[in-house]
Amino acid sequence: MSHDHDGGFAHPAPPKLLITVFIALVLLTILTLAMSSIDLGLMGAFGFWIAMSIASFKAALVLLFFMHMYWDKPFNVLVFLSSSLFVILFIGLTLMDSSHYKNSVDEYPRQPDPPALSP
Amino acid sequence: MAVVEPEHEAHDDHHDHGEFIAHHFESAEQQFDSGKLGIWLFLVTEVLFFSGLFVAYTLYRVLHPEIFDQAHVFLDKYLGFANTLVLLFSSLTMAVAVRYAQLGKNQHVVWYVLGTMVCASAFLGVKAIEYTHKWDQGIMVRSYFDYHAGHHEASMPLARALGVSDYLIWISIVPVLLLVGFALFAVFAKLTEKANAAFFSACMAIAIGGYFIGALAGHFYMELTDGGIGGRSEKAAALMAYEDETHSDHEHTDKPADHHDESAAEQQKETSEIAPYEGPQNDEFDQDIGIFFSIYYCMTGLHAIHIIAGIGFLAWILWRSILGHWRSDYFGPCDYVGLYWHLVDLIWIYLFPLLYLID
Amino acid sequence: MATAAERKKLFGHAENNYLNCTKGIRSWIFTLDHKRIGVMYLVGVTLALLLAGVFALILRLNLWTNTSELLTDAQYNQMFTLHGAVMVFAFIIPSIPAALGNFVLPMMLGAKDVAFPRLNLCSFYLWILGTGFLLWAIISGKGLDTGWTFYTPYSIQTDTGVIYATFGAFILGFSSIFTGLNFLVTVNTMRIPGQGWFKMPLFLWGLYATAIIQVLATPVLGITLLLLIAEKAMHIGIFDPKYGGDPVLFQHFFWFYSHPAVYIMILPGMGVISELIAVYSRKKVFGYSFIAFSSVAIALLGFLVWGHHMFTSGQSIVVTLIFSAITFTVAIPSAVKVFNWLATMYKGSIALTTPMCYALSFIFLFGIGGLTGLFLGALSTDIHLHDTYFVVAHFHFVMVGGTLTAVFGGVYHWWPKMFGRMYNDNLGRLSCFLVFMGFNLTFFPQFVMGARGMPRRYASYDPEFTIFHQWSTAGAMVLGIGIVLGFGVLVYAAFKGPKVAGNPFGAASLEWQSSSPPDFHNFIHQPILHDPYDFESMIYDEELDTYVPKEFMEPDKQPATEPEPQTH
Ligand code: HEM
Ligand SMILES: [Cu+2]
Repeated sequence: MSHDHDGGFAHPAPPKLLITVFIALVLLTILTLAMSSIDLGLMGAFGFWIAMSIASFKAALVLLFFMHMYWDKPFNVLVFLSSSLFVILFIGLTLMDSSHYKNSVDEYPRQPDPPALSP
Repeated sequence: MAVVEPEHEAHDDHHDHGEFIAHHFESAEQQFDSGKLGIWLFLVTEVLFFSGLFVAYTLYRVLHPEIFDQAHVFLDKYLGFANTLVLLFSSLTMAVAVRYAQLGKNQHVVWYVLGTMVCASAFLGVKAIEYTHKWDQGIMVRSYFDYHAGHHEASMPLARALGVSDYLIWISIVPVLLLVGFALFAVFAKLTEKANAAFFSACMAIAIGGYFIGALAGHFYMELTDGGIGGRSEKAAALMAYEDETHSDHEHTDKPADHHDESAAEQQKETSEIAPYEGPQNDEFDQDIGIFFSIYYCMTGLHAIHIIAGIGFLAWILWRSILGHWRSDYFGPCDYVGLYWHLVDLIWIYLFPLLYLID
Repeated sequence: MATAAERKKLFGHAENNYLNCTKGIRSWIFTLDHKRIGVMYLVGVTLALLLAGVFALILRLNLWTNTSELLTDAQYNQMFTLHGAVMVFAFIIPSIPAALGNFVLPMMLGAKDVAFPRLNLCSFYLWILGTGFLLWAIISGKGLDTGWTFYTPYSIQTDTGVIYATFGAFILGFSSIFTGLNFLVTVNTMRIPGQGWFKMPLFLWGLYATAIIQVLATPVLGITLLLLIAEKAMHIGIFDPKYGGDPVLFQHFFWFYSHPAVYIMILPGMGVISELIAVYSRKKVFGYSFIAFSSVAIALLGFLVWGHHMFTSGQSIVVTLIFSAITFTVAIPSAVKVFNWLATMYKGSIALTTPMCYALSFIFLFGIGGLTGLFLGALSTDIHLHDTYFVVAHFHFVMVGGTLTAVFGGVYHWWPKMFGRMYNDNLGRLSCFLVFMGFNLTFFPQFVMGARGMPRRYASYDPEFTIFHQWSTAGAMVLGIGIVLGFGVLVYAAFKGPKVAGNPFGAASLEWQSSSPPDFHNFIHQPILHDPYDFESMIYDEELDTYVPKEFMEPDKQPATEPEPQTH
């Protein structure tokens, strides 16, 4: 960490940067929305991955600038990013398994119609 | 809470502790670094907390894509989009608030934190419209899922007068009480000349007012578009889902070709308490669509709880900004709450495409 | 260098200390002092242990005959569930970190307190609240009969107090997360200047690795239990097959937390043992960095093996194979530790004090527990052994033989520091002997009957298992007596034992550079940093009958610099 301010450890982010980031986030959101509205037949299953990539890019922007990761200690960055590793592990290993017994779940006898709750 | 600490002779290692530096820290920077690492770790726990829901989501989406295809038409993506913008904007104001806290400009912090809180409440207002609209149509969690299209008559006189759902009246009780409470307290504090308290309460009332802005906007959107256009209109949705189902049934010829007409289905209900599952039913929406909504309600509900908690934390920051606590070497709490707030935003950034934009 | 009077003030027995610096009940319930919170935790977890221990004895008595004469089947189910749930969530998980760790960790760092004292107190009250909810399941008369694992679909069908209990476990999870978070931050930012990572006592590495798991895994328990509550209350169809949910998914969720959680239970115990072995062998630990890194390795590998609890659940073959293979790798860092402890003792001057006796029994029992884990991790044998008493014996060898033994060892080790008084070593050793013998008598026969097919969680059984069960029941009584004796010796010592000064065992880690009991601020002077296992750095002070840092001794009292030992 550099201590360019007098004795301080604060790193105020320049307002221009913050606003730029915000505009980028809005544009990316519009992009995802537009993608889902136009029927992109050629993309097919990729649509999902593109949407997720855009979301991750947005997440990266939020993390880097709104959450000051760009100026933060590397250790803190490591700590936070490690969480995604464990999430991937959790999703990945669970998913490897589930299709195997899908049929037993699908064929399990269902409860008959639910109680109506609506007034 | 009373902190009980014995009086102790001055310590040789006692040095000029600032106003807000706890006794067990050596310096402002050590305190700040500790808090910062602490909040990052807390965010890690939050991510893993949500991860369970993402696992459930992925699992059902991979195993039952048809359910997701049918279900997502009930979600209005324009409402989701609007809420995304609201949250992104609140993140911006929060980031600016943190900046001013770092510069020690407390008065600025007050305004930007207030802006963040208004956005947070507005988000909840829009969510309230979304939820109650669904509840009216019987779009509930799996076991209560009982979809019936069309307009629903409210039974409460107040709800009728306002032309809104009964449910909306119920869930608005708390914000109404809070709004009135804070407004009254602001007046009371003003009269008793407690300037800070009066100002704070007035700010809180404004912040909670955001809920009504959001709810009104959502309500008019629904009125004007006759139930929303982001999710295809009701009837189209019903039709679409019906078509999709019959369509997919034809494709899956490997499934037992037991085409259940109504009489067969009825017979089954009579013969056994628990009917064996036979794939999507033709005459009705498949009850399993409800699983999508279980996941939807769990994810967005947990997220909404985090927003509500966030409003509480922000209120605390607001109060301390009014008291003028932030200095360039002491702004930790504001920074930490900011990080929490951005994380809530971050999770929504994923929830929006995952729930609203399935194609 | 300091005068004798100064030494007495710094390292002697302190009449004014953290226990009596403020008075009255409020000074305890609102305390932010990590030492007091540690003591309160210690009392709390001990009560939980005794309560769950009583359940265990009732279970064992019921199994004296094969026809279950004492309890009905339903009562038996409730009894083992509450035994397991209270032991796991309310006792063993908080035992070492929250009770001993809280007391010792900041002092080992030369710090005045943990980084977030309020969070620390909050964690303790969450512990009380969570335990309260667990017990509410009993008091409300509903009971709980799902087993501590809360497996679906049964937990959704039973009308016992699942929601109370799961909510209790949910809260206890947060208590545990807060402790872990606090420790991670404290170790990172509050080490005394000069104390690098590799100058920390190994107990801290154990706690640090534990805290990593607590922070990463426990939230998943939180969401699992929330979803379970939602499933039970509203049938959301995520875990309940009647509504299209996936019950095996629950097992994935549960074990994603609970396998790492078994390392939450054992890693701090291993840390304690590393301290005890070094101090009572008066030898520098062998392979410091191996022990340190193996803790972290265990913590991380522990996340990759949860599926070994689900071999028979309908899990796919590929996943089963992967989990089985990774399970074997976890045994490596555990073994590394055991070998290093043995090597540390080799040619040390071993003092068979009570803590050391417990440490030795830990090594033996944990060894058996860990090795039998490998039998269970092997696919073919596990198909036979799963859900038998073999599993019961395995995890009791690691959890009781391992962790509980380490709790006793650690508490005996730090008791003079906590209360400034010495216990009766012979009685302590007797308690250790009773615990060791009683434990083996209880659980060793369970391996045999498990391997012969006695299933777990049954109230009645085939007559040919009677003899094993009766051994086991007899052993449980001995074990119970040993545990009660162990605590009795300590409690007596805390009030009536002879007073001791700061460092009766000659240990070199920082917490011993204080008076006994410590001052409110932990240290009256800034402690002097040495290597935590450099026992030469502490010198015996005859007047105080204790060890003090060599910097504080007059030169003439210091042993003449010895000539370099000659190599033979
Ligand atoms: C050397 C490392 C270890 C290995 C390889 C290992 C392996 C296993 C395996 C494969 C099972 C599943 C058996 C079955 O249900 O069929 C199991 C169960 C269990 N293990 Fe371990 N284990 C190890 C260490 C530990 C430790 C250190 C603890 C706790 C301190 C522990 C606690 C448990 C518990 C509580 C269960 C049973 C859970 C239940 O079904 O109620 N294990 N172990
Ligand atoms: Cu395991």
